Amino acid sequence: MHVRELELDLDAFEGPFDLLLTLVLREELEPRDVDVADVVVTFVERLAGREQLDLDACGEFLVLVGALLELKARELFPEEQVELADLDPEEAAEELARRLEEFRRIKEAAGWLLQRLEAEDDRYFRLGPAPLVPRAEPKIAPQQPEALATALRGLAAEPPAVSLAHMGLRFPPVVQFLERFRALLRRRRRFDFEQEAAGLSRIEQAVAFLALLELRRAGEIRIEQAGPFTPIRVHQEGTRPDTEEGDSQWNVRSA
Amino acid sequence: MERPLRLVTRSPVEELARTLEALLVVASQPLTAEDLAVAADDDVSRVEEALALLAERFAEGRSGIVVEHVAGGYAFRASRAAAEACARLFERPVERGLSQAALETLAVIAYLGPCSRPDVARIRGVAADSVVAGLVERGLISESGRDEGGAVRYRTTPLFERVFGLESLSALPRLDDLGGTADEIRDRLEALAERRPA
Repeated sequence: MHVRELELDLDAFEGPFDLLLTLVLREELEPRDVDVADVVVTFVERLAGREQLDLDACGEFLVLVGALLELKARELFPEEQVELADLDPEEAAEELARRLEEFRRIKEAAGWLLQRLEAEDDRYFRLGPAPLVPRAEPKIAPQQPEALATALRGLAAEPPAVSLAHMGLRFPPVVQFLERFRALLRRRRRFDFEQEAAGLSRIEQAVAFLALLELRRAGEIRIEQAGPFTPIRVHQEGTRPDTEEGDSQWNVRSA
Repeated sequence: MERPLRLVTRSPVEELARTLEALLVVASQPLTAEDLAVAADDDVSRVEEALALLAERFAEGRSGIVVEHVAGGYAFRASRAAAEACARLFERPVERGLSQAALETLAVIAYLGPCSRPDVARIRGVAADSVVAGLVERGLISESGRDEGGAVRYRTTPLFERVFGLESLSALPRLDDLGGTADEIRDRLEALAERRPA
């Protein structure tokens, strides 16, 4: 089978492949008008009609069609067109062959690099810090959806109401003690705070003491205390403090 | 208690070898004999002597660490026997998944470089921008000045030589040795041209 004698029937050209190439090389036929796919189809059909695969013919065809395609491709790029147009057809063919050869050599060099890469596959070396392989996702054992539902149900339940009872401090109003102390002073002019506070809770004692301070601030009473932690004696304002002997028992004994 | 007499004194080259060992284990790229000589404060010929000693000691089959002469210098690497274990732990981002286009571009730059992206595109017939950018990112090529037209030119890096296990670029096979059918293509096209009707 001779590729050059392949009969073509294209829109732009009718005749043997050889003649097509010649016309293209002589610029008597525009490469852009040549339907290369049609040429390929014609060749493949011819090839399919044969019992044996003609590798020589295939190779030859590929080279010729490759050259044709390259011519066509260059035709499509204006700046390249000038370059090739300067050459006569023989030189253009030569130039194309040169480029094809250059590319083929580079392809072979790339093939050599690939082989080399494979041969050197077992050479490990340090490149700065060696990047670690990402860790594989840990396998999780098969899970029961019901178990998940149960777990979620537990989370979705309303939590028990939190008691705030311990935070509410209950104490009587200060005014209650104010009135009580005023009433007391109307009767007695003076009294001993500890006696009055005896039997009250801690909170009530504190409030009673606040009431005492309140009265002192208002200038209604005078407060006496012989020393730290000794009894507190309260006088109505305007009365004189006692200086009698018997009063010393307040100061010392009940500390 | 008295120490036994050392009958064999350690040779100075042996000491130098130890220093070189230390330098190589810290380095993350190949060190030239000159680099080593400067660091070890010794002369190059003695460094080469010591390197020969190391090459013998750190050889395939004898040690898990192998000293190799690559990319114009000397470097430690794992022994080939340990490759499988290494593969389980270490990634190889530089060489993994190099495409055919990347290999062809590398070949153009390795053989014809320094050359620009248009040069690569002219030979391969397709634009090379993204492929070149990818190779730069991998560290296999780097910028190397500009051509007359102002286009950036590229050349391969020492890492390229290291990854491909080359002592230098001159270790690449000659393009002519790679195959012999180029002339045939030329002949056929010439024959075809001659067949043209006058």
